[in-house]
Amino acid sequence: MTEQTIVNIGPSHPSTHGVCRVVVTLDGEIVTHAEPIIGHLHRGIEKMAENRTYLQVVPLTDRLDYVGSMYANWAYCRAVERLAGIRVPERAEYIRVIVCELQRIASHMMGIGSTGADTGAFTAFMYAFAQRDHVVELFEALCGARLTYNYVRPGGVSMDLPEGWVEQCRAFTAQHPSAMLELDRLLFGNVIARARLKGVGVLSADDAVAWGASGPTARGSGVDWDLRRDDPYSVYPRFDFQVPLGENGDSYDRARIRLWECVESCKIIDQALDQLEPGLVKAEGLPRLLAPRPGDAYDHIESARGSLGVYLVSDGTPRPYRMKVRSPAFCNLALLPLLAEGHTLSDLVVILGSLDPVFGEVDR
Amino acid sequence: MNINELREHLCSEYPDLCPLFSVEFGDGVLVVEAKRLHDAASDLRDLGFDRLGMVTAVDTGDEFELVYRLQSREMHAGIFVKARVPRDTASIASVTDLWPAANWQEREVYDLFGITFEGHPDLRRILLTDDWVGHPLRKDYEDDRIIRRPDYI
Amino acid sequence: MAFVDDLGAALDKTPGGGIILTSLDAVMDWSRGKSLWMMPMGTACCAMELIAASFSRFDFDRHGSIPRPDPRHCDVMVVAGTITRKMAPAVQRLYDQMPDPKWVIAMGNCAVSGGIFYYDTYSVVRGVDEFLPVDVYLAGCPPRPESLQDAILRLREQVSTDSIAPGKSRKLTSPLPAPGSARRGEPPVGGGDAG
Ligand code: SF4
Repeated sequence: MTEQTIVNIGPSHPSTHGVCRVVVTLDGEIVTHAEPIIGHLHRGIEKMAENRTYLQVVPLTDRLDYVGSMYANWAYCRAVERLAGIRVPERAEYIRVIVCELQRIASHMMGIGSTGADTGAFTAFMYAFAQRDHVVELFEALCGARLTYNYVRPGGVSMDLPEGWVEQCRAFTAQHPSAMLELDRLLFGNVIARARLKGVGVLSADDAVAWGASGPTARGSGVDWDLRRDDPYSVYPRFDFQVPLGENGDSYDRARIRLWECVESCKIIDQALDQLEPGLVKAEGLPRLLAPRPGDAYDHIESARGSLGVYLVSDGTPRPYRMKVRSPAFCNLALLPLLAEGHTLSDLVVILGSLDPVFGEVDR
Repeated sequence: MNINELREHLCSEYPDLCPLFSVEFGDGVLVVEAKRLHDAASDLRDLGFDRLGMVTAVDTGDEFELVYRLQSREMHAGIFVKARVPRDTASIASVTDLWPAANWQEREVYDLFGITFEGHPDLRRILLTDDWVGHPLRKDYEDDRIIRRPDYI
Repeated sequence: MAFVDDLGAALDKTPGGGIILTSLDAVMDWSRGKSLWMMPMGTACCAMELIAASFSRFDFDRHGSIPRPDPRHCDVMVVAGTITRKMAPAVQRLYDQMPDPKWVIAMGNCAVSGGIFYYDTYSVVRGVDEFLPVDVYLAGCPPRPESLQDAILRLREQVSTDSIAPGKSRKLTSPLPAPGSARRGEPPVGGGDAG
């Protein structure tokens, strides 16, 4: 056996997409073991939630997955609604679906873009980010914030769509699929990107299930599991959409699936905008201070990274007794040692990027 | 498959698990004794619950309640398995041998609650630094660096 | 910078050296101010706005402020995001690795004071100024990319008062410009249509 070298990457490193430290054991240039060390962004949100009212927790959930804040908002609100037995008006459900699908696009643009940056295709990152900027602007028109929306609230959403928003949104979805085709040619048609991504970090379907992977990470390996279709929530059963699946489970499939998911999201948004009826956007007669009956509730949604769940325990007081966030990025990141073994150090970066972790959510 | 079918299924295949099964807020809940947790989990896995969604714990005062959420892709159903362990000897069998997904999740519970998992291959702190004192999600965790939020309600 | 410091001190003592010193200062400050390369210390949500700021829409590079991941290349560290106890030693270390003169911008409420994570949490450092000298505080959760540009312009103003002679730096006379007064020589930083 040759001598092993230990290399430390991070916690502040341009290729770790956040504050992750990876301790890599190398044999020459080949990774024999890669151990992610997380927790550099552990902010104690679960502990903080125990001293806030149910409504005051919503802004905290924004800060979990900061690339896709709407998801954590929604998952948390669903758990609260389940616990307190709140019925959400139909228009609010539609608006939630629309904003969350827009959020999926915004989040995937970041994921695909950084895959591009990792493989040396920085132009693709710029193109993807331009699309993300459109979505961020739509959100800004909707609730005034570019990143931390605090928009989905227990019982509905904080405010109705502003005037002219639907048209803006339609204009976005009209141009987005063609932009995605362009991005597909630009990034995934590129010889260099293909060479860097294909066959790198292969995840088998069995491993994906056993390790609790979800979202594009699992679907890239052909695991046909999408909560929007398989455990339908909200108004998703009313829409017609496909769940893109990968075949090889390599970084290429994981990254490319995100692109097709964006196109599917556009379809869902268009259908939802067609079916949107006027009505209430927030349940009526909600108490100012929610104090659900004692018990526990769990609900999950399909976020851009996978199944994002929130587990809430109530003891009858206006504050949650315990909140736990089941974070998809945390479970997906646990796969890194498995995937990176046997690849070169430069491929490790690509593999980490293809898992698309967001450390606010990994560390909570 | 809905909850009632799940219950029937469970009762026919594993009659001894049936009395432990209840439904809360639309979710199936199985409350088992701590020493039977591993057996129950492996039975459920054989039944088709192939995904371990989440492992967490709740500090209920004198005991810790461990909560596992399992999911079955085939049955389109999820189930909670709960077990209680006493606070002073907080320890339970690890399920890493059944689902490798439990590896990091159990480390997290160990880190934040101080519950040990027997048979875990690599039980270390995961989120906090190695020299951290105490387990912050315990209700009696004391830390003078915490500033309590003033009460407004 | 030891040589420059010595030079500055020597010039200050030489009769007539003051004129050379002020001209040297002017050149140094001009060149420093126009190329404030930044070390993007992005840890959390604010890092997203930091990325957005340097991308095509907001185009940070036009201010000469290029993000460089290597601390040895950088003049200003932009701390964007929550700093936890586990992360703080790494931030400190990166700061120590930056060559003098160096500045710090605390971007976002978390870096300023802990922000939303001030109360009830056991792991967050309440403001990066607990262990680093901060020059510009930038409030917001997250601040818009335009505010970050504003912070860089403020910092440039501050840099323009520096002198290479020890103890000769001037104080900024009015740290806050009067409302509505555009800053010298800079196009006003626009709103949504800045790109
Ligand atoms: S200031 Fe706000 S947006 Fe910025 S890192 Fe802190 S919580 Fe996130």
